[in-house]
Parts: sequence; structure tokens; C-alpha cells
Amino acid sequence: MEEQYKMTEDAQRSPVIEPGYTFGTVTEKISAIVLTRPASNGWFLGFGIAFMLTMMMLYAIGYLFLKGIGIWGANIPIGWGFAIVNFVWWIGIGHAGTLISAILLLLRQSWRNSINRFAEAMTLFAVAAAGIFPLIHVGRPWLAYWLFPYPSTMGVWPQFRSPLMWDVFAVSTYATISLLFWFIGLIPDMATLRDRAAHPVTRIIYGMLSMGWRGSARHWHRYETAYLLLAGLATPLVLSVHTVVSFDFAIAIVPGWHTTIFPPYFVAGAIYSGFAMVLMLAIPIRKIYGLEDFITERHLQNSAKVMLATGLIVAYGYGIEAFMGWYSGDRYDAFTLWNRLHGPYAVPYWSLLSCNIFIPQVLWIRKLRTSPVALFLISGVILVGMWLERFIIVVVSLHRDFLNSSWGMYYPTRWDWMTFIGTIGMFLAAMFLFLRILPAISIFEMRTLLPEAEVKAE
Amino acid sequence: MPQIFHRSTNTLSRATIFGAVFVVAALGWVAMEVQRSPYVTYAGVRRPQPVPFSHEHHVAGLGIDCRYCHTSVETSSFAGIPPTKTCMNCHSQIWTNAQLLEPVRASYRSGESLQWTRVNQLPDFVFFNHSIHVNKGVGCNTCHGPVDQMPLMYQQESLQMEWCLNCHRAPEKNLRPRDQVFNMRYQQPTGINPVVVDGQSFTDQIELGSALVKKYSVRNVKDITSCSTCHR
Repeated sequence: MEEQYKMTEDAQRSPVIEPGYTFGTVTEKISAIVLTRPASNGWFLGFGIAFMLTMMMLYAIGYLFLKGIGIWGANIPIGWGFAIVNFVWWIGIGHAGTLISAILLLLRQSWRNSINRFAEAMTLFAVAAAGIFPLIHVGRPWLAYWLFPYPSTMGVWPQFRSPLMWDVFAVSTYATISLLFWFIGLIPDMATLRDRAAHPVTRIIYGMLSMGWRGSARHWHRYETAYLLLAGLATPLVLSVHTVVSFDFAIAIVPGWHTTIFPPYFVAGAIYSGFAMVLMLAIPIRKIYGLEDFITERHLQNSAKVMLATGLIVAYGYGIEAFMGWYSGDRYDAFTLWNRLHGPYAVPYWSLLSCNIFIPQVLWIRKLRTSPVALFLISGVILVGMWLERFIIVVVSLHRDFLNSSWGMYYPTRWDWMTFIGTIGMFLAAMFLFLRILPAISIFEMRTLLPEAEVKAE
Repeated sequence: MPQIFHRSTNTLSRATIFGAVFVVAALGWVAMEVQRSPYVTYAGVRRPQPVPFSHEHHVAGLGIDCRYCHTSVETSSFAGIPPTKTCMNCHSQIWTNAQLLEPVRASYRSGESLQWTRVNQLPDFVFFNHSIHVNKGVGCNTCHGPVDQMPLMYQQESLQMEWCLNCHRAPEKNLRPRDQVFNMRYQQPTGINPVVVDGQSFTDQIELGSALVKKYSVRNVKDITSCSTCHR
């Protein structure tokens, strides 16, 4: 019975790794990207553009430090603007990495082995991009360390009752655990690279990073324990980080923010955008580096299904928000809904509904779920949609609150745009470097997927 | 394949990781200490003045009251720096030829103020008011230290926010009867040396302070530690 089930399953699904590979060829194929393959002109072009965008971001931030946040469009009543929109967007994108690496590990979803490494890297770079925004938004960034509780000469602690304070802890914990998880997962692969590297300097660098890994049974035992423990630690973070981020809004009384649906709906949205980013990166990477055998149709399909499911949760969130606008009988809530649909920001709101709810429904079609080009485009649409969602939440809720005398409009300035586009550049530049410096796919975890790795009863 | 690293690397790396914990902890401790040291706060640093005015001589030696020069201390946020005229009340009669006092006479002749170097300086975002403190029973030397023993003026305390809050969080630890505010020799009550207020004798500072908090209607700790009490 079980055999039969397994067979039909296998027949339906494309494999996690195409047949015909051995331990040696898997290792060779992945490590060659780092060790032997020369950097192509395309890589230099892509990295160059991303690097220039990073410089643009630094320029925008430098000017910001010189002039203050008056150069941005954020002003009362919209005190949050792009900085918080982008922060929430980036931190949400980061979530897919932890979901793939920790939760799918605990659920024994072995298909994750092909994509967890670069999804984790993506998480780290996304969190780094996210972290920039609150820091530069505090107005006097050189005093941003005041956010941390330390025995200061002021004799006061930060306001622990503020969700912004919780944010500091949620995000910094998340960044730390993600980094550790990523690094520990890299150790056996660093050792592989150390052993295969030809140049002595390369050998020393990878040797130091592999922390004396020799692949002994004791090493593997400790490694597995540590990895599992970290996965256990990281799992609640997938849910908690964006929950805390959503508290930044939900704790406030502003109509459009003050709602209990926010935590689950934020987490779903985070995973939604995270998987979209994973696909947007995986599809070109597998094409350019010829990794279609490792990142197969199965991975694309599974990611698409996750997006479809989380997208529907997000749609449910929108639905509940609209329903509560009517059902609560609260005129301010009702007005928020009306204002979204018909107010000055109606175009972004309708685009948001199209990008996040209507267009992704094509993922129900199997053919589109397996088409890399279609998936790439849909992922792009979802990323735009999720950015618009945060824009709607931050800007539209703030621009018309209880008193019409304090209504206003928000117009981002070129500095807002330069900083935002610059962080995309920074993120991509980091990804480009990562591809050339570290194995983008976990070598040893891929080897466990091979038939050779199966332990047969004698 | 030859070994990449020497055997000693094992020990070295362990020692480095273990040692890093202590190095980071030590750096944190040093940062805390430096932040509170006179290097940052200027507590105890004698500043150069145009005339080496001695509070010790004028207060302890001659017995001049604080308010003779700092006239607005009971009614204004600023205690007041005396005009040259105040100096000349006496110094037109005594030490009239002293070389040290030439800047004072020059100022009197020209009408231009002496440019004293400010010693107790709070940042501009702090709204400090002398009159409220004096009227609620905070003695001059509680904050300014033993001014009657300072040949050259220096700042006694750090003037950091934690120092302000030490008192604002427990005002009863420092209050004294209003008529003792300008007494530089005032001692907190003890069993041998009680302080009498309204016929009642106190032998313990906390009892005295609590009674004075009530008597002078000092607002509660929550009010006087609210941000906007000082940062308006």
C-alpha cells in the first residue's frame, strides 16, 4: 500500500534532484561556481550596476545625515513615510529564508535542501536592508544606540511598553539567529571548499571559516544537534518577528492600524513576499549557472503553492478589514475603507488588490506554476503588491485620521526613492558577491538527497 | 595533503573566542567608566577665570550670604551673576590697588561686563529652575558642593541626567528646612544633632525629608520624573 502510494507520488512529482548524479558530480558542480568558474562579463555588469545603486544609497544617506529628515517627504500627519514602508517590506521578504531553512527542516521537507542556502543569504541581506531604515529614520542616527537598554548616564531605560522597542529586540534577535543558522549550515561546505581550493590564500580563508571541520562522526553528531536546536529557536521567530512589526501599527489607535487581524496577516504577507523574492532570485540563478537539475520544477511548483496559500490568507486579511469597516459600525473604520477605495490613494489601493489577490490567482493553473518565465513575472507582481500593501497601511491610514483639520498628503521626494532603490542595489550586490564567494546551494545537504545516501538494510 | 594550519591554531582559536568575551566585556566597562569620568563631565575641574575669585574667602572667610551676589536665586530660574557694581560695593574701598582686581576696575570704568567662565552648565534642552529648588528646601551645597571651601570654583557633581534623577526619584533624601537652604554648614539630622521643624525634632533624614515633602507640597515622584518636567 505504502509502496503504491509512493509510486504514484513519485510519478506525479518531478524529482528534487534530477537522476544521474553522484556525490562527486554534485560537489563538483556546486563548488565549481565558486572555485573554478571565471566571473563572466554578465556578472561584472550586474554587480557593477548593483554596486552603483549602493553608492547612490550611501550618497542619499550621507545627504540625509547632513540635512536631516526634512529632505524626505515624511511630515505630519504622515510621519512614517517611505522609511517604515521599506522597512516592513524588506523584513517581510526576509521571512522566507527562515521558513525554508527552519520550519521546513523540522517538517522534514527535503526539497528545501536545494534552496535553503541562498534563501538564508537572502534573508540576511534583506534584514540588513531593512535595518537601515529605522536607523536613519530616528532623526539623529548617531544616537540610535539609545534604542538598546544599557546602563546609560541618563538614568532611564528605553520605553519597554513601546512596540518600537519590541521591534529592536525582534529584529536584532532575528538577524543574530539567521546569521548563526546560516553560518553553521555553511561549515561543512566551507570545509569542502577548503579541501578543493587550489590557491593557498583561498585555502586559508575557507579553512578559518570551516573552524577545523574534518567531517568526523563526532563533528557530524554535534553539527546535527546544533542545527536542529537553532532550527527550533528560529521557528518561533518566523512568526514572532512580523507579529511584533505588526504591533507597531496594531497597538496604535489610528483607524486602519488598530486591528487584531494584523499579526497573522502580516506573517502570511511576509512569507508571501519572501517566496516571491526567492523565486525571483532562484529562476535566473538556476538558468545562468545551469542548476536546473538541482532547483527543479518541483521547487518552483512548491514555492508557487506556498505563495498561493499565503496570498489567500492575505486576501482573507483584506476581506476581514473591509468587513470590520462595515460590521463594527465605527464611522472612522468605515471611512478608512471608503478612503482606500475612493480617496486620493485609490489607484495604489486598486493596484494592490490586483497585484496581491487577482493576478496571483493564475497560479492555480499548473502550466503557469511550472513555467519559470511566468513565475518570475508573477513573483515580481507580488513583490510590487506587497510593497503597495505597506504603503497603503502606512500612508493612507495616517493621511486622513480623526480630524479633517489635520489631513494631509504624502509625496515621496527623490531622496526617498534614491534610498529605496539603493537598498535594492545593496541587496543585489550582496547576492552577487555571495554567489561567487560561497556555495549557493548546500553541497552536503544535496548529497543526502542522492540515492547513494540512502541507508539500505542488509 | 599537507596541513594548512599549524597544530597551535586549535589552542589559539579557542583562546581567541574565549578571550573575545572578556575583551568585549572590558570595553563595555571602560566605556561606562569614561562616560562618567571628569574627562567627560568636567566634575572637579577648576576653570580659569578672568579674576581668580575665591568663594572660600568670600563665603567662609567673610561670611557673605549667597544671595548677596546671586540675587535672583529665590525668584528666578537663573541664580544671577553679579554685576561689577556688586564687586565694587566693597572693592571701591578695600584692595583698591590690588593688581589682581584690575579687570574688575577696568570693567567698572568701561561699563563692559566681566566675562566669567560658566562652571555649572546644563544643556539647553534642560529647563532648570533655581527658585523652585530653593523654595522646596534643596540646599545650595546639595548640588554645588562645599562652595565655601572652593578657592577656585568647580562643578561638584556630574550634572548627568542619572544624577538629577537620583534626587527626583527620592526627594526626601536631600530636603532640608527652607531657612537652612543657604547655610553652608548645615548637617543632615542625626541622633546627636537633631533638626527642629515647627517644634518637632527629627533625628533621621528620611523622616525629616518626608515631613518636608508634605509641608512644602513637593509634587509626587511620578510628576517630578515626567519627561516634560525638565524637557519641555
